Amino acid sequence: MAARFATPRAGGMAALAALIALLPLGLRNDYFYDVAILVGLNAIVCVGLNLLVGYAGQISLGHAGFFGIGAYGSAILATRYGWPPLAAMLAATLAAAAIAFAVGRPILRLRGHYLAMATLALGVIVYMVISTEDRFTGGPDGMTVAPLAIGGWALRDPRLWYWVVGALLLAAVWFALNLIDSPTGRALRALHGSEVAAEVVGVDATRHKVMVFVVSAVYASIAGSLNAHFSGFITPAKVTFLHSIELVTMVVFGGMASTFGAVVGAAALTTLPQVLTPLKDYEMMVLGAVMMGTMIFMPRGVVPSLQALLTRRRDAAAAAAAPAPRPGDGQ
Amino acid sequence: MNFLEVESLSKVFGGVHAVEDLSFDFQAGAVHSIIGPNGAGKTTLLNLLTGIYSPSAGRIRFEGQDLTGLAPHEFARRGIARTFQNLQLFFNMSALENVMVGRHLHERCGLASALLRFPRLSREELACREEAAELMRYVGLARYLGTAADAMPYGALKRLEIARALATRPRLLLLDEPAAGLNPTEALELDQLIGRLTGRGVTVVLVEHNMHLVMGVSDHILVLDYGRKLAEGPAAAVREDPRVIEAYLGSAAAARNLGAAGAAPRAGIGP
Repeated sequence: MAARFATPRAGGMAALAALIALLPLGLRNDYFYDVAILVGLNAIVCVGLNLLVGYAGQISLGHAGFFGIGAYGSAILATRYGWPPLAAMLAATLAAAAIAFAVGRPILRLRGHYLAMATLALGVIVYMVISTEDRFTGGPDGMTVAPLAIGGWALRDPRLWYWVVGALLLAAVWFALNLIDSPTGRALRALHGSEVAAEVVGVDATRHKVMVFVVSAVYASIAGSLNAHFSGFITPAKVTFLHSIELVTMVVFGGMASTFGAVVGAAALTTLPQVLTPLKDYEMMVLGAVMMGTMIFMPRGVVPSLQALLTRRRDAAAAAAAPAPRPGDGQ
Repeated sequence: MNFLEVESLSKVFGGVHAVEDLSFDFQAGAVHSIIGPNGAGKTTLLNLLTGIYSPSAGRIRFEGQDLTGLAPHEFARRGIARTFQNLQLFFNMSALENVMVGRHLHERCGLASALLRFPRLSREELACREEAAELMRYVGLARYLGTAADAMPYGALKRLEIARALATRPRLLLLDEPAAGLNPTEALELDQLIGRLTGRGVTVVLVEHNMHLVMGVSDHILVLDYGRKLAEGPAAAVREDPRVIEAYLGSAAAARNLGAAGAAPRAGIGP
């Protein structure tokens, strides 16, 4: 029995890979592909953000800022300066990591609401810079972005983009699962459980918080770069405080401290508005009601709540099948 | 060179001197107890000895190294571990993982090897898991190996904290009221566990209100009152000390008890 549950990683990865492989059967036109790609990109951000928020227990209300650094860094270097897009992406990612590292050290000493305020401010600063430095960024009107070209060949077809994003999402999930199941990941979860206890067994709290903050910033930045190259146009709307909130909401909706929950949350909250479009004026009301209902009936988020339900069912079945429960010996 | 040297240690919170000008030496290989009435500064002292608080004045030396002002994880690295009076466990993890976190200092795991899951890491993880399981058996938690921490009873959680602390491979282990909330059977088992710890080469410092436990296991007792040292010495001597009796029971009771032969046990601090 232990062996069966020892590898939820492998099982989950296989299920996600199968889903990505089979999903195109249901994607009827380019619009469906666009939505699927958007789901994948949001999922990459959320998997990274969940490492910070769900596992390490540190809030960030500024991750759209890192998304923006990736998107605009890539866009400006590739479009205005003619860098090869992959080199532009790499440079933008390094910039996001460096900024996360420099800002993370002082602000991750803060806790709770204060950390929320500091990360919010970080996101707002990035937004302000992007929307005012219009010589580089095009300001509020946005800017066109060169397509993702490798050598002389440009990636434009949404059907190809789908496979690229799908593969990157799988890689993102795999890295996250590995990290969480390592000594470093245990240290992060320990910080969430009891920071003082983690420290007295030798976990350097600041170092680990900064590390996971940088990792989550890199996830967001790469997704931002891909988003810019994929859509060919980027505006500061993707860098707003509202987008930061949307990202955190996806993580919480899918289930904190669950990597697959982050994917589910991103998928649900990216597709729901599309599905609800026919409701026109009532769209936002229904979306709000769905989210409230989910959080009331699944307070730990979709995936952890369903997992708990399955575990209870299994235990109940096992108890019914066993001849007699073992008496507690009060040990 | 003493094992643990505390020199003129003080901790001030606002106007309150929680620990004031406290000096003592602890020797290796013994069980030391710190006792005193509520508010005597015992837990503050443990927080100072693990770097959770930095002292307002004074020095802490451990195995000849000055640890004053270092962060808690540096104290852990030098070989000092502790448990908490109010449980500080990782309730978001399994019992076994709680103990595995205790191995943190002894694992070489960079970010790259964690993200890519190098084969060496997988092997080390197995060894870590095995050592954590061994420690759980050692403290008597064999039946909770697969249990989530938040599904365990209180007495077992107290021992889980000891297993996690032992996983750091400490040379000095500070136990903050390990018997609080335990029933007599559990307290007796704890008594035996502490006895076995010194055999592992771990020096134990016990902060405890259960005088039966303290008198039974301690080689040396330090008595605090209002953040100052009231008395110290072997258990038998401390038990007879009139100042100690007075601090616990007030001067009137002390006078009464001192008048009667063999008064100390009845004074409530005997075994």
